[in-house]
Amino acid sequence: MQHVSPIREPLVTGGKTYHDITEDVCRQVEAKPNVRWAAALAVALVGLAIFIYSVYRTLWYGIGEWGLNKTVGWAWDITNFVWWVGIGHAGTLISAILLLFRQKWRTSINRAAEAMTIFAVICAAMFPVLHMGRPWLAYWVLPLPNTFGSLWVNFNSPLLWDVFAISTYFSVSLVFWYIGLIPDFATIRDRATGPIARRAYAVLSFGWTGSAKAWSRYETVSLILAGLATPLVLSVHTIVSMDFATSVIPGWHTTIFPPYFVAGAIFSGFAMVLTLMIITRKVFFLEHYITLEHVESMNKVIILTGSIVGVAYTTEFFIAWYSGVEYEQYAFINRAFGPYWWAYWSMMTCNVITPQLFWFRKIRRSLTATFIISIFVNIGMWFERFVIIVTSLHRDYLPSSWAMFSPTMIDIGVYVGTIGLFFTLFLLFTKFFPVVNMAEVKSILKSSSEVNAHHGKAATMHATDKDLNSNTHRNE
Amino acid sequence: MNKKFVLGIYDDEDVLLTAIENIRAAGTNIYEVFSPYPVHGIDDVLGIKRSRLPIVAFFGGLTGMSFALWMQIWMMGFDWPMIIGGKPHISLPSFIPVTFELTVLFSAFSMVITFFIVSKLRPSLKVNVFDKRSTDDKFVMAIEVKDGVTNMDALNDLLRSNGAIEVNEKEVVK
Repeated sequence: MQHVSPIREPLVTGGKTYHDITEDVCRQVEAKPNVRWAAALAVALVGLAIFIYSVYRTLWYGIGEWGLNKTVGWAWDITNFVWWVGIGHAGTLISAILLLFRQKWRTSINRAAEAMTIFAVICAAMFPVLHMGRPWLAYWVLPLPNTFGSLWVNFNSPLLWDVFAISTYFSVSLVFWYIGLIPDFATIRDRATGPIARRAYAVLSFGWTGSAKAWSRYETVSLILAGLATPLVLSVHTIVSMDFATSVIPGWHTTIFPPYFVAGAIFSGFAMVLTLMIITRKVFFLEHYITLEHVESMNKVIILTGSIVGVAYTTEFFIAWYSGVEYEQYAFINRAFGPYWWAYWSMMTCNVITPQLFWFRKIRRSLTATFIISIFVNIGMWFERFVIIVTSLHRDYLPSSWAMFSPTMIDIGVYVGTIGLFFTLFLLFTKFFPVVNMAEVKSILKSSSEVNAHHGKAATMHATDKDLNSNTHRNE
Repeated sequence: MNKKFVLGIYDDEDVLLTAIENIRAAGTNIYEVFSPYPVHGIDDVLGIKRSRLPIVAFFGGLTGMSFALWMQIWMMGFDWPMIIGGKPHISLPSFIPVTFELTVLFSAFSMVITFFIVSKLRPSLKVNVFDKRSTDDKFVMAIEVKDGVTNMDALNDLLRSNGAIEVNEKEVVK
């Protein structure tokens, strides 16, 4: 057993027992959908409908429905793509990198964060595929023999690296997430009363019994997958940044892009995790599992990555000046003081200034403040990608081809639509899947719960000692 | 053939670990232990060897890497060489990203598929759980009963004296 300092705040509060964890997490899976959940799903479905309509318009009339022009060939589509992929990164960071660093606070948020990763990558993938204009030929990005209609794909192109990176990232994240779900599906299966639920969860649980040998292998597989997913997640946004960095456009041709994009991705991802978790813990009464301690830890990651992003913005500016390259200098002056100055300063305010408020412990531990700042970060990171993409493209070497970009309703529809798609998937996940990893939370209960902190090692975590846990049940 | 088991139910991981050690020391063979979460230290007391799955992952990764390199070198350098940006046909630095991704993909999938096969995990309606509480909050130790050989009373005493809160019998239809 691991030693945990008594100064550390407990990660599970409310004197929960193992059985309480099962009850608290399974509750919303087993109960009838609650009104707030149904209302949220209704809103998300409206978003999904907007998505379907916008995609239909894009496919039927072509990408002329979008506001792209000859000069600005990438705008909202690629902005949204990078934004969504970035959001996904926090899930893998929490489940893989924090597992390698043995951060126990990951256990109660990793499930939802990984779900977020998977859904965000699905949303992200929509944009490059739709941008092809003829998505039914999307399989041409695979290395297929020439008889299929195209030559071999170009392995020197970062756009192709993206295909491999995103699809590997999606598959490995999905597998990692599912392996973690198997023991929890078994728990739900063994509690299920209805015939459909029992059968459905029996199939989903892959016949898991929780034998010592299986757990031993499970832990090995988790560790190796974490070890593989860590460089993988770093590679994904590195490759996304190379879509820009390997070109010769002023403002894109920058060697700091890979680390700068990875930090930005983690930054925006944690903001999205916070946005989602603050709501989820409230709606599903999970305050004892996702505590202020968790929120504070995530806020610390936000200060760190937000500051890295701030340093990157400054470095870019400095290097543009220091390089002595006129075009590079113009690209950056134009970003900050040109026609898109409002996008640049929105980015600076949301990403560099607001997260610095988290240096104050009071703000770091305030749910309202955290929620508001997390929304700011989400917005700021969208603007960051918009600034990088559109301001670099809209004024190129030839002033006669300078142009501005304005989104059409369909551009907005596809973007808002993916948010609808994302929330539809996320809400279905919260209803049918256990949102907290029960097995992993149980495994830290003895070392990191309140019972231990107050009663020493001898205290037991079992319902038989209910007197230890009085007044802790919300819904009993 | 039906198999009979005695199930010792425990409710604390530390009690369980000591019990496993004592029971194994008493010469009783433990068939299997079921727990709601991975109990740390159980591998040592039960004598479970370290999993060899990382080896599968390594060779899976090696296969992925070789395949990716072969694929890119053959396609770009031999099957249909084209000059792209004046660069060499076989430009290894730009093959690194795809090689890395396929290494990870092959490594992860070979290991996970092997894990499913060796642990006999597959989608199925049949579930063989000895005691349903073992996926909730109890630790279940299963000891196989051999008719005429096993002394039931002694086994019961052994389990209880080592902290079992319940001792049950279970018949499994094979």
